[in-house]
Amino acid sequence: MKGTDAIAEAAIRAGCKCYFGYPITPQNEIPEYMSRRMDEVGGVFLQGESEIASINMVLGAAATGMRAMTSSSSPGISLKQEGLSFLAALELPAVIVNINRGGPGLGNIAPSQGDYYQATRGGGHGDYRMPVYAPDSAQELYDITMHSFDVADMYRSPVMILGDGMMGQIVEPIIMNDRPEVELPPKDYILDGAEGRPSRIIKSLILDAAEMEEHNWKLKRKYDLMTQRLPQCEEYLTDDAKLIIIAYGTAARIAKGAVNRARTEGLKVGLIRPITLWPFPSDAIRNAAKRTKVFVTFEMSTGQMVDDVRLALEGRAQCEFYGRPGGVVPLPQEVARIIERFWLQKEL
Amino acid sequence: MKTIYTRPKSLKPAPFHYCPGCGHSIVHRLICELIDEMDLRGRTICIPPAGCAVLAYNYFDIDTCESAHGRGCAIATGFKRARPDKLIFTYQGDGDMAAIGTAETLHAANRGERITSIFINNAVYGMTGGQMAPTTMLGQKTSTSPYGRRTEIEGYPLKITDLIATLPGAAYVTRTSLATPAKIRETKKAIKKSFEVQMAGLGYSLVEILSPCPTNWKVTPRESFTYLEEIMEKEYPIGVMKDKTSKKG
Repeated sequence: MKGTDAIAEAAIRAGCKCYFGYPITPQNEIPEYMSRRMDEVGGVFLQGESEIASINMVLGAAATGMRAMTSSSSPGISLKQEGLSFLAALELPAVIVNINRGGPGLGNIAPSQGDYYQATRGGGHGDYRMPVYAPDSAQELYDITMHSFDVADMYRSPVMILGDGMMGQIVEPIIMNDRPEVELPPKDYILDGAEGRPSRIIKSLILDAAEMEEHNWKLKRKYDLMTQRLPQCEEYLTDDAKLIIIAYGTAARIAKGAVNRARTEGLKVGLIRPITLWPFPSDAIRNAAKRTKVFVTFEMSTGQMVDDVRLALEGRAQCEFYGRPGGVVPLPQEVARIIERFWLQKEL
Repeated sequence: MKTIYTRPKSLKPAPFHYCPGCGHSIVHRLICELIDEMDLRGRTICIPPAGCAVLAYNYFDIDTCESAHGRGCAIATGFKRARPDKLIFTYQGDGDMAAIGTAETLHAANRGERITSIFINNAVYGMTGGQMAPTTMLGQKTSTSPYGRRTEIEGYPLKITDLIATLPGAAYVTRTSLATPAKIRETKKAIKKSFEVQMAGLGYSLVEILSPCPTNWKVTPRESFTYLEEIMEKEYPIGVMKDKTSKKG
């Protein structure tokens, strides 16, 4: 199954009833798939007049208690930031897919990881966080999409799935796992007309600074809970590694190939692949730093996640960086050469 | 003894924060009277705007969902598509409706969304302190058009309601005024009809209400009603622009 179709089908099977979106390459297969499938399952597909309108449609649908999502790519995600801030402030669940393309500006439509900061640092205005997942295969796109809806409902928060054109176009066999049984909090906030109950208000306007501060701390407590529970990463051949590559998504697949090559040359190299970008799997990296003293962050950008790696390491180990921005997708051979260079440089 | 005038049940017993002479309080009351009379409380959701009426949820005793500036019709679309059985209305000012939210408004109307917009036109940005609005009239002085609105600099007042009336998705489009008690009663009838049109599934319904803003017009409340009738109604003639329920169309 194609990556974009895996996302869309998983969303449908997770009970997503409303999809709103606006065309932008390289993610158009998601709305196209949704436009066919939502009809079959009795859900809502609507092409909005803009990304801004689409995310606000998602907001409205989410406020009724329906599972709702949108998808877009970098410039379109920029337009959705207003809505993301409101979803976070109003504590409404939604799933947002960003098929990251080269940027800034219009950039290009090639695979890139340039939106890491925007995704993990909020992107929209105000003091909020948002879980961000970075799958690296069609299977994981499927599983994580399904999981994202539960995370969104569990914490009443927007959740982002961050991929790129490579992840979107990848074709791999997948197992369509059923929706896992998860106990979720009751949706006691939804608006459906105040029949036989007091009226409800969904709002973020809090003019009193002390009250607003309390709201900010309440959100922070929720984010702290996410930080304890949600971090996820894959560790590959890290037990005896003297050098560990840190990479996510498409870059992690390339890095894995590079690690395998380096291993055949006898270099003890491993990989840590963050699956959640926020909350960041800092503990796993810190633990690995007990044994490994050289880390190389590889990103398809000029270096964004590397900041989080450095924060996680807190100086416990050396942290180097290798990046290919602009939509360039390097081969594993290239990354293997970089590994070798660092290996020699560090006299490992 | 017979009660002939009382607070509608759907209007919370809270003092309005609106300025003396402001039209919002009147329209809030009309809406709540209708929600009571038409027994709509259990199925209605209001999307208030960013603007003076952002606090409408302090007064409406119905479900309300805040919106970012201008996004009312998109949020209302999300609500209505998810729950077609509910009555969804946006309550928007001129900046919300005709400047920052033009795209959301026009496209919702053109899709024939089964939603209603109550559009308060007072020709200024009220909450932010009386800046020029898309509906500010030529020559009208505001805090950002201190020399009066000039066509060569600021262009023309945008008559978004007239535009929407031309769209096939719009089922009922009208403009009313709060200038006199008789016109206020007409406004109530228009809002009632807009709700009926939505419930009949005919398409988008819009009631533009010319409303006084004495604070930012820098006139007394009494003068504001004269201004409304003698100046604003000249630029924005009141009357029905589109009615799919009428045989004349």
